Amino acid sequence: MTLDTAAPKPNWFSRLAHPGAFMGWSRPVLWPLGIVTVLMFAVGLWFVFFNSPPDYQMGDTVRIMYIHVPNAILSELVYGVMFLAALGTLIWRHPLADVAAKAAAPLGAAFTAMALYSGSLWGRPTWGTFWEWDGRMTSTLILFFIYCGIIALWRAFDDQLRAARIVAIVTLVGGLDIPVVKFSVDWWNTLHQPASLTLGGSDLPPAMLIPLGLMALAFTLLFVLLELIAMRTEILSRRADAMSRQAAARAA
Amino acid sequence: MTAFAAILGRDLRLAARTGGDALTLVLFFVMAAAIMPFAIGPDRPTLQKLAPGLIWLAAFLAMLLGLDRLFRADEEDGTLLLFRQAAVPLEAVVAGKVIAQWLLTALPVLIASPILALLLSMDMTGWGRTALALLLGTPALTAFGTVGAAVTVSLRRGGLLAPVLIIPLAVPVLIFGAAGSAAADGGGAALLFLAAISLVSVAFCPFAAALALKVSSE
Repeated sequence: MTLDTAAPKPNWFSRLAHPGAFMGWSRPVLWPLGIVTVLMFAVGLWFVFFNSPPDYQMGDTVRIMYIHVPNAILSELVYGVMFLAALGTLIWRHPLADVAAKAAAPLGAAFTAMALYSGSLWGRPTWGTFWEWDGRMTSTLILFFIYCGIIALWRAFDDQLRAARIVAIVTLVGGLDIPVVKFSVDWWNTLHQPASLTLGGSDLPPAMLIPLGLMALAFTLLFVLLELIAMRTEILSRRADAMSRQAAARAA
Repeated sequence: MTAFAAILGRDLRLAARTGGDALTLVLFFVMAAAIMPFAIGPDRPTLQKLAPGLIWLAAFLAMLLGLDRLFRADEEDGTLLLFRQAAVPLEAVVAGKVIAQWLLTALPVLIASPILALLLSMDMTGWGRTALALLLGTPALTAFGTVGAAVTVSLRRGGLLAPVLIIPLAVPVLIFGAAGSAAADGGGAALLFLAAISLVSVAFCPFAAALALKVSSE
């Protein structure tokens, strides 16, 4: 009698996502990815400072846009990553999804904070105020609060396996709620004051679109790089915890 | 259905016999709104203008403070474990507790709101609009709060964490609630949005909360 070992062959994704395999393939990726990111930032910043026209109204302050907009995009993109990771945690109970969600939360909070910070620096010379209860700014602020709550929840648990599932539930509820928040804030703001602060940003000339695209790509690469490093750190620290527990058990 | 009613009745009886909880909550609600004139100043027109917002803020805070006892006692004495073993699905148990929680926190706040209307010099129609908005909006607050309470039930220091998680999520309720209470024009749409949020969240949140409770006791 033979053991039935004919388990279905794992597909490419589950092979890549196995924590041990992840540690294997992510290590050689880090340096090349870091170099590409630095090059991307160098090219993007060169375009931003030397090869893009000043705005006819805002002058040189328009260059803040090339930092502000990529951060604002990433603040939502990272929540999307966390949302997918939360699905992975709850449906497949995949340990790497837990790690990905935990690593992404502080990064998302940082990008959101950067978007708010650069936005207020931009708002001061153009609108004459650091803060305006504009719909988009307000919903970004609330997104920042949601990130902070999720980080606080991660830190409140000792047992990280349980924390992952609980945080995943909150992430999903938050993800479903964020569109409602955005809608309600827009509604609230237009009720109070007409939208006077919209920038005609949809029809950017190509000379501005190229640096913006480059910077958005650079910041996205930065996120991927930092996410990989944070995931590796988390896996290693969990291994270190497990090893110290084993050592303590053996000593006892 | 009888089990559902039994859970609802149990929570109400427990609250009635241990006593005081709902009364303390009302006291907090009245006090929170009554100290606001000290911060703002006793100017009657200003107070009248701000009154719906102040009442909403006080109700918001009172309902957040009442969250902690929703699952805490059941977790400590093991009732939650029995609920998980019960023939009734945990989602139904949570739904029963949501209704009980609403009756114990939102209804006393609603009943006490005329006192605040007097203190903040609101007129009758203004109070009526605010009370209607509270009636439509508080179920959503309770539903969101249930998720917050379920998520933090296994944490000893979860008391402060649940509000921090819930406040950003509950912003739409506050926006539509305050708009529905204040504006005569455009208030109707806000009330409809408020009712929609309440209906969806009351239907959805028991499932999320029950999932969190299951995960917590694994």
